[in-house]
Amino acid sequence: MAATPIELLGVEAIRQKGLFKAYKWLIIRRFSQLSVLVLFLMGPWFGMWIVKGNLNSSLVLEIVPLTDPYILLQTIFTGYLPETTAFIGAILVLIFYLLVGGRAYCSWVCPINIVTDFSMWLRYKLNIKSTFSMSRQTRYWILAMTLILSTISGTLAWEFVNPVSMVNRALVFGMGFAWIMILMIFLLDTFISRRAWCGHLCPVGAFYSLLGKFSLIRVNAVALDKCDSCMECYVVCPEQKVITPVLKKTGRVTSLINDVNCTNCGRCVDICGTEVFQFDLRFNNIESKQALTAQYNSESISKLRNTNQSQKREVLS
Amino acid sequence: MKKQSDLDLAQQSRRRFLTNVARSASAVGIMGLGLGLYSKQSSSMPATAIRPPGVNDELDFQAACIRCGLCVRDCPYDMLKLAQPGENIPLGTPWFEARAAACEMCEDIPCVKACPTGALDPKLTKIDDARMGLAVLIDQENCIAFHGLRCEVCFNVCPVRGKAITLDRRHNERTGKHAFFIPVVHSDSCTGCGKCEQACVVEEATIKILPQHLAQGKMGDFYRLGWEEKQKAGGSLVTPDIEHRYTLPEGQSYDFAGEGLVQERPKKAKTESALDALNRGFK
Repeated sequence: MAATPIELLGVEAIRQKGLFKAYKWLIIRRFSQLSVLVLFLMGPWFGMWIVKGNLNSSLVLEIVPLTDPYILLQTIFTGYLPETTAFIGAILVLIFYLLVGGRAYCSWVCPINIVTDFSMWLRYKLNIKSTFSMSRQTRYWILAMTLILSTISGTLAWEFVNPVSMVNRALVFGMGFAWIMILMIFLLDTFISRRAWCGHLCPVGAFYSLLGKFSLIRVNAVALDKCDSCMECYVVCPEQKVITPVLKKTGRVTSLINDVNCTNCGRCVDICGTEVFQFDLRFNNIESKQALTAQYNSESISKLRNTNQSQKREVLS
Repeated sequence: MKKQSDLDLAQQSRRRFLTNVARSASAVGIMGLGLGLYSKQSSSMPATAIRPPGVNDELDFQAACIRCGLCVRDCPYDMLKLAQPGENIPLGTPWFEARAAACEMCEDIPCVKACPTGALDPKLTKIDDARMGLAVLIDQENCIAFHGLRCEVCFNVCPVRGKAITLDRRHNERTGKHAFFIPVVHSDSCTGCGKCEQACVVEEATIKILPQHLAQGKMGDFYRLGWEEKQKAGGSLVTPDIEHRYTLPEGQSYDFAGEGLVQERPKKAKTESALDALNRGFK
């Protein structure tokens, strides 16, 4: 089957799975993003202080500190050694994102994601095409730059412009002129370059992607044989390149989308009419299991035992 | 032939790689320089922006504060706010404006306790030791105390009453019979809470909280106050002056402290008891 024309994007998924299942993860994700904001707003609005502070650092139920590790890293780069509370908070956040996937922060928590997703949706609807493109590596350059600049300037350099914390703070503490930043990112992503902010520039996402290397939860192409190459997952994926190794079997053979920049957003899971993808643990590599079974069938077990340990580990991982 | 073209390709791709690296580095470098300038400019801090208690040095604070707003949330009087875009205060850092709402100087200092990084110094345990800024009676022309009115509002609202602001009594020469009650700020006790500025009764406050570096001058280390050094050393550090003596007629002396020429009265005889006088008999 050939690639689905853009007007028919998602139609097959709705026909096969029904409206809810075709948008399941998107709905849950939006719910998660809004819940984060609502939790922060419960305090100032209703006096229920479940979460206090903002995304940079907060206090949950008046006892558990949470601190954004990237913000704390900038502080450390200025040469200041923060108090223990901030470190405890950062470690808790680090552990959490090591489990759920580093850039899960981007698609499940970050308020800017709602803006850039809307931009991408508009691009499809209005068929906006722009030729300007940037390197996906730019964000790592910016990440390095913000840390070096923190050292040079002695202040948290990225926090002067960081749209993520600015918008979160604006919503929780009062808007001010922060809407200008939202508008700027919206215009950039809609008209100037596809997925410019989240996919190319944002150093916050770049930082969290570094945690994605060890992420426990990953998208798994469990039913790759059902794939009919409609390419809809490529179109909806905010980080297109992450699907290629799995579907095209380039690089190391795995059924898991292990790229650090996969945001675990689940759009591919939703959009696929034939249900190729599902959320899974990083250990359930179908490809290696199939390879293992094939090996069992073709070779004797004793022969397998003779293979050295490192090879075995590679096969099993 | 094939080998040569492979070599060319490798060279080309290396060149492309290096060009791309240079391009990214330059683009991000330009961005960094711009960001650096912008951060410098927007850290300028208007003089009316006061930091919460526990900020010892503005630059140290900007390095340590992670802009979380927990101090703002834990302020029971809701007088702290987080800097917003376009305010020339580092974005998201806490501050207050004394004229709008002053620090109430809570004894338990909840804002400092809330700070997860120690940007608000946890070593600050007595609020009277806080130095948020310094009150300055900035406009004597418009302070009504200087026109002879009994105001003293700043003196009375001061949480460190009688220490941070005292009243200096001066003679009102215009009327010739009244007194001025002039408020005087003392930097050794003023916490910079801003209560005086907030309470100042005139239209635009004549007493204002300024950051210390704007409010205070510096004498320089080479100035020593002789009388203080003398007290510290427990005695004169130089050869003491010989007491000045006037050549005066007998029965006169000179008081240096202000009395001037003093007529010494002849010493009276020691008074006797009445009984002794009677016994002696009258001459």
